Amino acid sequence: MLRAENITKRFAGVTALENVCLEFQAGKVNAVIGENGAGKSTLMKILSGVYPDYEGRILYKGKTVRFSSPREAQDGGIAIIHQELNLIPYLSITENVFLGRELTTSWGTLDKKAMRARTQQLLDRLKLAVSPDTLVAELKVGQQQVVEIAKALLIDSEVIIMDEPTSAISESEVEVLFSIIADLKKSNKTIVYISHKLDELFKMADRFVVLRDGKSIESGEIRGMTHDDIIRKMVGREVQTIRRQTRIENIKPLLTVKDLCLKHPVRTQENLLKNISFHVDRGEIVGIFGLMGAGRTELLETLFGLHPKRSHGTVFLDERKLTVRKPADAIDAGLALVPEDRKKDGLVLGLDVRTNISLTNLKSLEQSGFLNKTKEIALAKKYVADLKIKTSSEKQLAQNLSGGNQQKIVLSKWLATHPKLLMLDEPTRGIDVNAKNEIYKLILQLAGEGMGILVVSSELPEIMAISDRILVMSEGSLTSELSVDASEDEILKAAIPQTI
Amino acid sequence: MQISLQTYRPALLKFQSLIALLILCLTIGLLSDKFFTVANGWNVLRQISVNVCISVGMTLVVLTAGIDLSVGSVLALSGAIAAGLLRNGIELPASNLYIGFTVFGAIVAGLLTGSVLGWFNGWAITRFKLPPFVATLAMLTIARGLTMLWTEGFPITGLGDSFTFLGTGWLLGIPLPVWISGGIVLVVVLLMDQTRFGRYVYAIGGSESAARLSGVNINRIKMLVYTMAGGLAAVGGLLVTSRLDSAQPNAGTSYELDSIAAVVIGGTSLSGGRGSILGTVQGAVIIGVLNNGLVLLNVSPFWQQVVKGIVILLAVIIDKSSSRND
Repeated sequence: MLRAENITKRFAGVTALENVCLEFQAGKVNAVIGENGAGKSTLMKILSGVYPDYEGRILYKGKTVRFSSPREAQDGGIAIIHQELNLIPYLSITENVFLGRELTTSWGTLDKKAMRARTQQLLDRLKLAVSPDTLVAELKVGQQQVVEIAKALLIDSEVIIMDEPTSAISESEVEVLFSIIADLKKSNKTIVYISHKLDELFKMADRFVVLRDGKSIESGEIRGMTHDDIIRKMVGREVQTIRRQTRIENIKPLLTVKDLCLKHPVRTQENLLKNISFHVDRGEIVGIFGLMGAGRTELLETLFGLHPKRSHGTVFLDERKLTVRKPADAIDAGLALVPEDRKKDGLVLGLDVRTNISLTNLKSLEQSGFLNKTKEIALAKKYVADLKIKTSSEKQLAQNLSGGNQQKIVLSKWLATHPKLLMLDEPTRGIDVNAKNEIYKLILQLAGEGMGILVVSSELPEIMAISDRILVMSEGSLTSELSVDASEDEILKAAIPQTI
Repeated sequence: MQISLQTYRPALLKFQSLIALLILCLTIGLLSDKFFTVANGWNVLRQISVNVCISVGMTLVVLTAGIDLSVGSVLALSGAIAAGLLRNGIELPASNLYIGFTVFGAIVAGLLTGSVLGWFNGWAITRFKLPPFVATLAMLTIARGLTMLWTEGFPITGLGDSFTFLGTGWLLGIPLPVWISGGIVLVVVLLMDQTRFGRYVYAIGGSESAARLSGVNINRIKMLVYTMAGGLAAVGGLLVTSRLDSAQPNAGTSYELDSIAAVVIGGTSLSGGRGSILGTVQGAVIIGVLNNGLVLLNVSPFWQQVVKGIVILLAVIIDKSSSRND
C-alpha cells in the first residue's frame, strides 16, 4: 500500500533518517517501534506531507508520490492522528469534522443538516454515543481521538497513522480504540501504529518495523516475536564510554527524597509522581531515564518548587529538611535547574549574554541598591572564557547564538549561583556533537569538584555514558535502580510501561 | 548585507524615533516661523509633561508584556481627591470632626490614591491571573465612576496659588512640570538600567517562565510595576488639576491611548521585554511636537487625529520590520 524507499532526511547537519526502507500493508496494523529520537516522528511527518523535503521516494498504491503539504496528503488518502490532538475545543463535533471541507447549499450557505447527518453516520460507525452538536471541549480525550478518526474517515483515508494514541487515555478508552482499529482493519484500511508500549503491539499489531538511530533495522510479522526480541532490536548498539574511572565511594548523601508525590493539575485523583524516593551523593552523577511522559521533567520541576500546591513529600539537602515553595527558595538552598526547553525557560532570548548569565545572581552584584556593572561584566566574561562560549562579546543577544552556546549560557547562569546540586533536563538536546562532549566533560568535572548532579535524559547512550548510577522511571514511578554496568535491555525493560 | 544589518540594527533601533523626531522638527520649522522659538519650545515641553509621567509608568507595564488602560481615569480620580481635600477637607458628621488639608497633604493623598488603584490592578492581575487588558479596563470604569461620585459631576475649582504653582510655576527659567517629569524620567531610567528591579522587568517581559525559574518573584515585580503606573498617573493628575486650577470630572479621558502611542512610537514592543524609557520620552515628544506643529500650521483638529493615527501605524510598521529578522 505504502512503501518508503531509501528515505533520508537531514536537519542542519543532523541526519534524522538515513536510507529508511519500509512497507505498510493494507488491512493490517503496521507498528513502528523505536526509542525516543529513533526517527519515528520525522518519518511520519514525511509520510503525511509536513516535510516535503527529503531524499528517496515514497510509493503509494504503486505510484511515486511527493506530498507538499498535509492537505495534499489528506486529499491523497493519508491521514495522521497526532499525539497532541488538533481539534478546536469550542466548536462542535460536526464543525470540527468538516473544518476546511464544509458542505454548502446551492445558496452558498453552510449545509448544516447534511454535515450533521454525515457526522452522525460516522459517529455511529465508530460507536461514539454523543450528539454531533457536542462541543469538543466537553469530550474526554479518548472521545476526542474518535472524532479525529471520524475526520480521517470523512475524507476516505486509506492510510491512518496514529502517533502514540494511547498515551493520554484511560484503560477503558483503550479498549474502545482497539475495537475501532479492528473494524478499520476489516474494511481494509492501512493502519500505521506508533507506540512504545510493547504489550499493546503484541495485542494489536500484525507487522512491525524497528527504527534505530534513523535507520530501518528490521521488519516482519509480529507473530512469533517475544518482548526480548523486540527490545534487542530497538537497542542493539555499542555504548560509547566517557565514564569516569575513579570515584570516591560512600560519601554522605547530598540529596535525599522521600515519598515525593505530584498530583495531576486537572485529574486530581491521578498522580504524575508516585511516592518517589531516592538519593544523590556529593560528587555523584545520577541519571534518570524514562520514556516520554514518565514524569522525569515533573520530578525536577517539583524539586525546584514549581508545583508547591500539588506536591508533597520530604526532601533533605545536606541533612537539612527543605521547604521549597518557589524557585527562589530552591536557589537559596543550593539547587539549580537547567530546564528542558532552553529557548523558553532557560534563557531570555531577547537579552544579551551578560544579562542572562547574571539574572540568577543579581543580589550578589548589588551595592547599596545599584548593580555593579563592572562586577557583572567580569562575571559574564569569566564564564564565557571558562565554558568556551563562542560569542562576539558578552553583549551579544542570546538569540543569535547556536544551540550549544545557548546551553552553555544556561549552565553559566546556574553555575554562578554555586549550587550544591545541579539538575539537568535533557542537557544536550538539539546540540551538535562537539558541544555535547564539552558539556559532558563539564558535568564530569563539576562532579569531581563535589557537586551532586541529577541528569534526566531520554537518550540511553547519554545516560549510560555519564551516570554513576541510573534510576529508571515509568508512568510516574521509580521502577528500577541500576548500576552503571546494567545493560541497555535491562534499562529499557524497566522504562516500558507495564499497564495498558 | 546580512552582517551589516546585524551590526547596525541595535543602533538603528535605538535612534529610530530620534531620527523621526528630527525630520519632523525640520519639516515643521520650514513651514512655520513660530516653531523654533524659545517660548514655543517650553510650551511643547510643558504640554507633554503630563503624558511623559503617564507614559513612563505605561512603559514599565508594557515591558512586562502587560497594558494599563486605567491611567486616564486614575489620573482624574487622583486629581479630584487632591482638589476636593484641599478645598473642602473631610467632615465626619458623626463626631463633628473636620480635617483640613494643606497643599502638601492633598498632594500626598492624591499620589496615594493613584498608587492604591494601581496596586489594586496589580493584585487583580497576579492574584486571579486576569489578563491585564481586562483588569485595567474594569479599573478604567471604576475609577471614572468614583471620580463622578466624588465630584458629584462638577469641577472642583479655586485651589489657591500655592497649589496651582505646581502646574504653572517656573523654577530657574524652566517650567515646574518639566522639572517634575524630567526628574521622574531620570529616576526611572536609573531604576531600569542600574537596579535589580529593572532587570527583572525586562526578564519577565522577555520570558516569564525563564524569569520564574531564575528565582524572580514575578508577582511582586508586577505588583510594583502596576503600583508605579498608578502613582505616576496620579502625578499627571496633580499637574493637570493644578494647571487648570480645577479638577474636571472628565479629565484624562482617552489619555491611555496617547500614552500607549508614546510607548509604541518609542520602540517598546507590546509583547514585552524590549524597549526603553528614553524611547518613550521621544515618543511623547514626537506626539507633542506633532500636535503643536499641526496647530501652528492651522490644520483642522479633525485632520490632526488622522495624522496622529498614521504616525502610530508607521511607527509600529517600522518597528515590526526592524525586528523581523530575529
